[in-house]
Amino acid sequence: MALTTEESGRLVGLLAMHAERVVQRWAEIVAASLRGRLSQAELRLQVQDLHRSMIDAGAEGLADIQSESAGELRAALAELSRGWARQGFSATETAVGLYALKDVLIELADSGEVELRDVITFSGLVDRMGLFTFETYVQTREGLIADQAEQLLELSTPVVKIWDGVVAVPLVGTLDSARAQVVMERLLQTLVDTGSPHAIIDITGVPAVDTQVAQHILKTVVAARLMGADCIISGIRPQIAQTIVALGIEFGDIATKASLADALRHVLRITGVDAARRQPRRDA
Amino acid sequence: MERVPVLKIGDILLVSIQIDMSDQTALALQEDLAERIVETGARGVIIDITALDIVDSFIGRMLSTIASISRVLDAETVVVGMRPAVAITLVELGLSFNGIRTALNVERGMELIAASHDDLGPDEEMDDPEPGQAATSV
Repeated sequence: MALTTEESGRLVGLLAMHAERVVQRWAEIVAASLRGRLSQAELRLQVQDLHRSMIDAGAEGLADIQSESAGELRAALAELSRGWARQGFSATETAVGLYALKDVLIELADSGEVELRDVITFSGLVDRMGLFTFETYVQTREGLIADQAEQLLELSTPVVKIWDGVVAVPLVGTLDSARAQVVMERLLQTLVDTGSPHAIIDITGVPAVDTQVAQHILKTVVAARLMGADCIISGIRPQIAQTIVALGIEFGDIATKASLADALRHVLRITGVDAARRQPRRDA
Repeated sequence: MERVPVLKIGDILLVSIQIDMSDQTALALQEDLAERIVETGARGVIIDITALDIVDSFIGRMLSTIASISRVLDAETVVVGMRPAVAITLVELGLSFNGIRTALNVERGMELIAASHDDLGPDEEMDDPEPGQAATSV
């Protein structure tokens, strides 16, 4: 439902005529819903921006929010909702930021300065503006989530060298296909880069091991073997051991150890490093 | 026709595959290698596949065949330098190299061959006796 040129002209006239009052009330209503999370001055500035771009767009005939002449207005709306989404405002708060304009219009109608018919027509436009804001808000949020997921992926899969020729991967968190792939690639690349013939995959931080997770770990071990490196799985907690047996997962001839220390000692014994006995163990 | 060079380092033969293998080159390599093993009495064969981006079932079969031939001639085969991407693909495809030992790089491969021959004991070393070795075997 687009606005006719005449209607949009009336809207511009209205917004321009009562500029001071509209901006003032608009900012006040939004401020009330935000409960002081945005400073009054800042909010006023943003509302003023929006108000100005509405008048600018209206001057060229604001037929519809998707029309070409409304490009500037769309940009302003997108800017506003993107900013609010990044600051952690909820979807409702962002939408209310725009719908507050309707309240202002109704107030103007109450005091008899606008006709009720116009208020209804303009409401339609404000609704569409609100929907546009909401869409931008969701897009921004989705972008944020995607970015964070990527960062998490990078953060959570370090490959550390713990001895000459021994690297360890402490896995933390649930292992899904995407993460398993990243872990596998990074581990194998590190093996090549450092020329380490031994790798320890520590699953202390993996909350649950099901058949799929086990499959991913097994694939990694087999791939490492193909490249000529030996993998040990460590950090198997008692519950996990029980689950593995209950599920009937076979680790075959892959060495499994209870703790990372045991795995390292095992590797050192294979490689014939004597350092394991250099310091007498207290509990021995 | 392109040929894959076979290099002799000590008592190990080094084969570095850097061209696309066809049926003919694979056959030629098998023949060359068998001849060189007999000729030099090599104890180990190292096949370097660092340069290979793609390892398919054809290459896999060729490697298996070479390993079998070498084993008959009493030389151990070690495949070295497989790329991570290649290893992942092989695992995803479910292909495996039966009876082939692998190492990360040529150096590790040589260590592997040296270690497996040390395990056989001093009798094997009789051809080139070292003072220490000779003393223990007496």
